[in-house]
Amino acid sequence: MTGHPTDLISVTALACGWLAIGLLGFIRPRSTGWVAHGLFPLGAVLGIAVTALALVALVQPAETLILPLGLPDLHFQLRLDALSAVFLLLIGATAAGISIFSAGYFRSGEGAAPGLLCLQYHLFLASMVVVVIADDAYLFMVAWETMALSSYFLVTTQHRLPEIRRAGFIYLLIAHLGAIGLLLCFGVMQGGNWQFTFEAMRAAQLTPVWASAAFFLALLGFGAKAGLVPLHVWLPEAHPAAPSPVSALMSGVMLEIAVYGVLRITFDLLHMQLWWWGLVTLGLGLFTSLFGVVFAAVQTDMKRLLAYSSIENIGIIFLGVGLTVIFHAFHMPLLAALALAATLYHCLNHAFSKSLLFLSTGSVLHATRERSLGKLGGLIHRMPWVAWLALVGTLAIAGLPPLNGFVSEWLLLQAFLFTPDLPHSYINMLLPMGAAALALVAALAAYVMVKFYGVIFLGQPRESSLSEAQDCGRLERIGLLWLAAGCVLLGIFPVPLLALLNGVSRELLGASLGSQLQHWWLLAPIAPERASYSPVVFMLSTVVLVAVVVLGVRLFYHGRVRKASPWGCGFPLLTPRMQDTAEGFGQPIRQIFEPLFRMRRELPSPFDTSPHYRVQVEDHFWYTLYMPIAGWVRRISSLASEVQQGRISVYLLYSFLTLVALLAFAL
Amino acid sequence: MPTLAFSSQLINLCAALLLLLSFAMLSQRRVLTLVDLFAMQGGTLFVSIIVVAWSTGQPHLYYSAALTLILKVILLPLILHRLIRRLGAQWESETLLNTPITMLAGLLLVIFAFTLAQPISQLANTVARGTLGIALAVVMLAFLMMITRRKAVTQVIGFLAMENGLFFAATSATYGMPMVVELGVALDVLVSMVILGIFFFHIREQFDSLDLHNMESLKED
Repeated sequence: MTGHPTDLISVTALACGWLAIGLLGFIRPRSTGWVAHGLFPLGAVLGIAVTALALVALVQPAETLILPLGLPDLHFQLRLDALSAVFLLLIGATAAGISIFSAGYFRSGEGAAPGLLCLQYHLFLASMVVVVIADDAYLFMVAWETMALSSYFLVTTQHRLPEIRRAGFIYLLIAHLGAIGLLLCFGVMQGGNWQFTFEAMRAAQLTPVWASAAFFLALLGFGAKAGLVPLHVWLPEAHPAAPSPVSALMSGVMLEIAVYGVLRITFDLLHMQLWWWGLVTLGLGLFTSLFGVVFAAVQTDMKRLLAYSSIENIGIIFLGVGLTVIFHAFHMPLLAALALAATLYHCLNHAFSKSLLFLSTGSVLHATRERSLGKLGGLIHRMPWVAWLALVGTLAIAGLPPLNGFVSEWLLLQAFLFTPDLPHSYINMLLPMGAAALALVAALAAYVMVKFYGVIFLGQPRESSLSEAQDCGRLERIGLLWLAAGCVLLGIFPVPLLALLNGVSRELLGASLGSQLQHWWLLAPIAPERASYSPVVFMLSTVVLVAVVVLGVRLFYHGRVRKASPWGCGFPLLTPRMQDTAEGFGQPIRQIFEPLFRMRRELPSPFDTSPHYRVQVEDHFWYTLYMPIAGWVRRISSLASEVQQGRISVYLLYSFLTLVALLAFAL
Repeated sequence: MPTLAFSSQLINLCAALLLLLSFAMLSQRRVLTLVDLFAMQGGTLFVSIIVVAWSTGQPHLYYSAALTLILKVILLPLILHRLIRRLGAQWESETLLNTPITMLAGLLLVIFAFTLAQPISQLANTVARGTLGIALAVVMLAFLMMITRRKAVTQVIGFLAMENGLFFAATSATYGMPMVVELGVALDVLVSMVILGIFFFHIREQFDSLDLHNMESLKED
């Protein structure tokens, strides 16, 4: 602990700055020009400042600060350590891109007044910053709930539509469920001292039973926010409802904040980690990722597809968390550090690439007013900027080298491949199967991304109105470029960043990958002779190969190309609607993973003159989990309504009986 | 100044009368008689306060007795009488719930009040300490009356009778409340009486009757 916490004070000041920008929106709340071209770029500058500060703080010792605010006997405590710094980096860098994009995106006449939107947006950003630097449970919960509420209002920007209000309600409900879990978790972790600073919680000695209770309550609380199955149902509802920059922030940043919470509680605040926690987390993560990717493959709404893809990525991240817990509990520090590094790296990846994709769907939505994949297509000719930048995002999420998605998934697989060394006879046999499942998820994710990109941007426009689509404006391009650059940088230079992430594993696990990161160009997590990956070499060789092929083709075939119309299968009336559709593309997955879906199909009879084909894919969890619970709630509340007889004498009788009961109690 | 034993006998007599009047109110079906019974209850309360004031030499209790006399024996019954006549409700009577059962419930309440008051009155050292149980019983019987009746005017009388019981409890347990509180309570009662009077007219205008039965569609079906 050094003398003066300058970084922490600056971070707090920046959070206040975001808040101030939000309030400044009220100077001219109806003016889109003021809010969009004045305040959002300013917010982006603050985002860059947060990024820079986080980079500085990553290599510095932890700083603490006590604010003269808060409860009488519990002032707000702040702490900035390496783990907070990583997530600050994530918030700042992603928010900078999204804010610049938003400056060009928000237009007048869409939903709430721009000033209000600006306030909620920046309040959301500021509360996320406070969540990661909070050092007591009270401030944490205040910031957490502010985050939930501000994002709720952002989701329901167009609150006049009933389905958007419904989506917002589901989100709010699950967010509250999670908040209850967190409250109980902090209640358990104070361990009987009634001290709610994180300092006291670190010192509390819980029995294994209570520590497990705390861990699983935290998993419930943060899992609800992150979208862990079966608490994922709000994601596919809320994301299509929210404006695209908001979806990008929620999916790219807020979900990762939940991961921060899990890491903070598991490795920092709890003094013990039991291996079977890791096993449960890993199992949940694996199921979540598989579930998410399979559902993403059958979606026909582009934002719903991305929402399910977020569920998949969160699953992968939780899988990494589980693996870290297992390695740490079995005292394998190097492997634990590897798994943790992969987890954190995947958080950063997901933040950049998913925000990029959500923002590009926003641009597509603005240009075409269409969210359904079945009515898009061929946009690469009309919107080259969005299309090429979205390509970077899709490749990154699909996990193709040399982009960032590959790095984290590769690291995670490497960590998985060491699970046979675990000193536990069943786990070391079971876990390697997880590696296979992870590989399946990664492959399916690539499939999903081919579908996403191919149906929207490639081929022919499926509707004639698409030919009027305009490419995005300058500010939006800058935002997309920023995020795409993040994807590329993270992909090509993983080693310097992993070296920075080492601070976190030193702090949380007492181990680091330090000696493995000597060469900036070669990533060899455990030993170079076992596995290594050099993104720079890979990229250079790809570029050289492509250049050679292009040159060769030009050299040998130039001038000998003959253009002719393709064979139309003998069918003269081909229209763009006959291209492979999103439904068609997802059909094999729908067949193979049929038990996961609840499907309703309406097939036309062969004699139908105006045939309609309808298929509706729904989530089993709605019918097996949520509907029964809703039914119980309704039944219990109808029991409670029996009390309401509507007769004055009965109400008088109630108060009389209460009086008598209280007097008898005092007796 | 009478001896303490004598005054305490007097107070006990008053308390017994109060209880008796409460039971009478519980079983009375004519509204006008109910108002008279309420006035008599007020009078008994006035006498008991005078006795307490006289035997203990507490001067402020005289004011409170005067307040009781003016408000509860003269003013409120007068207002109620006028109200009832103007509403044309003087001949109205209401059907009671099963009278023996109501009486029996009242008896149980009295026993309950006595068991409740016993430990408290052993702590008190006032002349009227034995009467706390009765005071509580008066409050509860008034409450019971409110529960079992259906006319708006009866509800108000029950409410005022409850206030009587509380007043009696205050004098018997602690020689009355501070003057400010008593004045405040008296004003409250008067104001609430005025407001309820206005409500009566509105209720009758709306439903052509003062029966609360008409206001019981509070619940949506």
